[in-house]
Amino acid sequence: MTMQPASTEITSRTAAIIHELKGLEGPLLPILHGIQEEFGHVPKDALPVIAEALNISRAEVHGVVSFYHDYRSHPAGRHVLKLCQAESCQSMGSDAIAAKLQQLLGIGLHETTRDGSVTLEPVYCLGLCACSPAAMLDGQVIGRLDDEKLDEIVAEVRS
Amino acid sequence: MNIKADFPSLVEEIDYGTPQSKAQKQVTLNVDGRSITVPEGTSIMRAAMEGGVEIPKLCATDMLDSFGSCRVCLVEIEGRGGTPASCTTPVGEGMIVRTQTERLDAIRRGVMELYVSDHPTGWNEKAGTGASEFDAVAKSIGLTENRYGIEGRNHVKPEGGVAPGHGSLAVDYIARDESNPYFTYDASQCIVCSRCVRACEEVQGTFALTIEGRGFESRVSAGMHEAFIDSECVSCGACVQACPTDALREKAVLAKGLPERSAVTTCAYCGVGCSFKAEVKGDEVIRMMPYKEGKANHGHSCVKGRFAYGYATHKDRILSPMIREKVTDPWREVSWEEAIAHTAKEFRRIQYQYGRTAIGGITSSRCTNEETYLVQKMVRQGFRNNNVDTCARVCHSPTGYGLGQTYGTSAGTQDFDSVDYTDVAVIIGANPASAHPVFASRLKKRLRQGAKLVVLDPRRTEMVKSAHIEADYHLPLKPGTNVAVLTALAHVIVTEGLFNEAFIRERCDWTEFQDWASFVALPENSPETVGKLSGVDPELIRGAARLYATGGNGAIYYGLGVTEHSQGSTTVMAIANLAMATGNIGRPGVGVNPLRGQNNVQGSCDMGSFPHELPGYRHISGEAVRDIYESLWGVKLDDEPGLRIPNMLDAAVDGSFKGIYIQGEDILQSDPDTKHVAAGLAAMECVVVHDLFLNETANYAHVFLPGSTFLEKDGTFTNAERRINMVRKVLEPKARYADWEATQELARAIGLDWNYQHPSQIMDEIAMTTPSFAGVSFELLDRVGSVQWPCNEKAPLGTPIMHIDGFVRGKGKFIRTEYVATDERTGPRFPLLLTTGRILSQYNVGAQTRRTDNSMWHSEDRLEIHPHDAENRGLRDGDWVRLTSRSGETTLRALITDRVSPGVVYTTFHHPDTQANVITTDFSDWATNCPEYKVTAVQVGASNGPSEWQRDYDEQARNSRRIAKLEAAE
Repeated sequence: MTMQPASTEITSRTAAIIHELKGLEGPLLPILHGIQEEFGHVPKDALPVIAEALNISRAEVHGVVSFYHDYRSHPAGRHVLKLCQAESCQSMGSDAIAAKLQQLLGIGLHETTRDGSVTLEPVYCLGLCACSPAAMLDGQVIGRLDDEKLDEIVAEVRS
Repeated sequence: MNIKADFPSLVEEIDYGTPQSKAQKQVTLNVDGRSITVPEGTSIMRAAMEGGVEIPKLCATDMLDSFGSCRVCLVEIEGRGGTPASCTTPVGEGMIVRTQTERLDAIRRGVMELYVSDHPTGWNEKAGTGASEFDAVAKSIGLTENRYGIEGRNHVKPEGGVAPGHGSLAVDYIARDESNPYFTYDASQCIVCSRCVRACEEVQGTFALTIEGRGFESRVSAGMHEAFIDSECVSCGACVQACPTDALREKAVLAKGLPERSAVTTCAYCGVGCSFKAEVKGDEVIRMMPYKEGKANHGHSCVKGRFAYGYATHKDRILSPMIREKVTDPWREVSWEEAIAHTAKEFRRIQYQYGRTAIGGITSSRCTNEETYLVQKMVRQGFRNNNVDTCARVCHSPTGYGLGQTYGTSAGTQDFDSVDYTDVAVIIGANPASAHPVFASRLKKRLRQGAKLVVLDPRRTEMVKSAHIEADYHLPLKPGTNVAVLTALAHVIVTEGLFNEAFIRERCDWTEFQDWASFVALPENSPETVGKLSGVDPELIRGAARLYATGGNGAIYYGLGVTEHSQGSTTVMAIANLAMATGNIGRPGVGVNPLRGQNNVQGSCDMGSFPHELPGYRHISGEAVRDIYESLWGVKLDDEPGLRIPNMLDAAVDGSFKGIYIQGEDILQSDPDTKHVAAGLAAMECVVVHDLFLNETANYAHVFLPGSTFLEKDGTFTNAERRINMVRKVLEPKARYADWEATQELARAIGLDWNYQHPSQIMDEIAMTTPSFAGVSFELLDRVGSVQWPCNEKAPLGTPIMHIDGFVRGKGKFIRTEYVATDERTGPRFPLLLTTGRILSQYNVGAQTRRTDNSMWHSEDRLEIHPHDAENRGLRDGDWVRLTSRSGETTLRALITDRVSPGVVYTTFHHPDTQANVITTDFSDWATNCPEYKVTAVQVGASNGPSEWQRDYDEQARNSRRIAKLEAAE
């Protein structure tokens, strides 16, 4: 299990991010991005701090955070692999790709390997339909996935 | 009497689906062949309903703005493609709408089939009531099959019988949330229509609910996926009321079944005076449903009125009269006849022995106007003196005096609807979010629309800052400096030329204004000088004054933080001055609005409860007024004012006052300087307590008469906006007599020829003798719902806003408001200032709310103290602390918070063990004797348990509450 920062530390680091971004119009999403960047995820303890600072309710912050799959509630692995599962990729065999990847990495979707090397996530369209099936590794898109490319990906995240 | 004959069925209200449009322009359209004319901006759904055509709906309700998510209310419009949602489509001139076609039927059925495929209805019969709006819609569209089956992924509980999804796919099930004592949340029945979320936001303004997740994972969440009880939820019930399924449902309804009959009545808690439908099954109230026609609440409620009615059937209620020789004896249960005869005999004996003025009575702000009127009538006609007073003495008597002097009426100037037109709200010494929650919701709604807010309060209350609400100016003044700060606001308005000269010249006495203006302009009243003694930044004072004077419609709302001071009456006058100087009187959106603490504190004052006033605020020395009553009652009235409550207690200690009839007030707990009250009561020979419970005062009583709740009687309450609301009996009195009947029995026993058959006859007598009530009758109230006094030939349907064309007294009177610091001062021994207040879930001395599950939110009074003051004293959060003043000491647990400023501590007074009034002093308002609860110099230190007084008191109270067991027959 990854060590999580103590709640007082979360509070102070969150407050600093809020302070920096509060002046923006519609500051909630930028603040959440900032927090995810800072902690690698959006810790639950940060939510009341944001609510207080923006004068909205805890519920509202929770509603927004839980709506966007990109905001994680727990830290991700060192690498994040997003596998497209939307219509175009499905029609080009992404189901089988997903099954193979899960087998190679030994984890299911939404899971992180025990050694913390990689997190596997489904994603619904990377806008790369012309190159289906597609994935994104640490922000870099990869098109036309096949067995060979999967082996390369696995080798990279394991390294 | 058969009550069922009176209330044969449930009061049903029509849900028009979307709110009313306020537009002037009318639009005519055709719905299913009917021609319907409605204001522009009305939705097709609402127009259809107004024309008698009901369109099926799930996500729409007329308490909320339209949303358009459920896709059940679709219609066809000639000349337009598709099937628009009728809730979000506004009407157009000449539009031809069809609500029932084959295509629409097919779509609606398809939508409902999808809902049902993930819903326990028809699978687990126990899931809900089977009588929700959802069930009704399924029935109305004739849903007979479900093509999608129930085997897919779902949210339904996978046990017992053939569950949808056979268990394996039901991974989305979450257990029912039973954490709130009054309602449950069952996600499996939720259709994610967002009505609850929107009700919490739009109506209540708490924003405690959200939809978490997205797509199939979307669910209603309280707070951050918390249990309701741990979330920001304040249990107002708006979400439960809004829910079209049984996902959010009252526990009482699930446990006991749906109510069978109901009557519209008025809440018996605070002075907002919300209208409710009291819904009954058998002889039990099943639930209180806010009534949309209620002019004060428009269908909203708070946790007290909506849910905290359990005290009415609590086991502590005393249902038999009791008497005893000495207060150290145990109580003896007796018949009503014996109790009444005994009391009458004792009162006669005392008057014979000690004189006519040796007895008196106290009316209750909790009882009806009719009951209050009878108590003062019994004192004046039967006791033949004016020794009558009321609990308003300890709360809003300065309001009556201050507004009477300046404007000519002892009441607020507006109706609550006025807040919808307010541009700048000023809250002084009040925390409506806790004490007047339904009004707070209405004010918050207006603030979210852009109105500005100024708060004068030593504490950073919820009104200063909470979700989507932030005061533009918070003036955290030191307790006791109200007059100085308000005069400083006036200083800014006068010296910066922000006053409304045209208004003042027309409505007020210009010479008096000039005199007042020269006074407030003095340098000692400048924000800079006042800032030093009040602790408020002068710039805040200046900013607040400028905003109020120039920000458009300015309305002042104030509470006991204004009145309960040695300069309470002066503060009320200072407020009145500000409103006059800025022309903020006599139209919607402005005014001076006292927030009354109790349901009928306005009414009890109106009804002649004060020792110097006959009903309608007419002084007892007026011969013409006395004539009216003397000829009607056939006695000579004493023309000298009688004793006020504190004077009665002083006289008792001196030995000249020996008997008292106290209806529905716990003076021992609620009046200042508990030890003095106790000494006064102990010195009397016949103390009669007429109450629901053996309250603290009853520890010193010789006679106990069991009272009736508001559910057990007919009558009227008058709320803070002078609105006379009906109270209707839904249950028979548990202790045989409604309170007015008990008073009548006592009056008869002392020789008065009273023969009221129904409270309506008492109201007729009030109307006949009191000009401001001349037009009021139960018949009128039944017909129009409620009226605001004055209600007479000039205003047959009452007066929502007062002083429209001129002040009641003629010219508005400016009065100099010189700041005189209270004698209660901090010093080395008592360096902190204690002020007191209320919390949302509890009410006053807590006699009712402590006997409900509301105690889950507030089980004890805590002392709020600033971290700085706590650290100096080595106190940690939750520590027991000793709170000491010049009057006494008590102990309670500390709550460390920066809501209070350094130097100020704060507590509530809901629990008798706290004995907060042991601490408060006997300083009081110079004009009205209203006690100075809001300022006491104190010291706080570590402690390890209850004080000696608390222990002695507990012992005495335990002894005093003994009721003798009847000897078993040998």
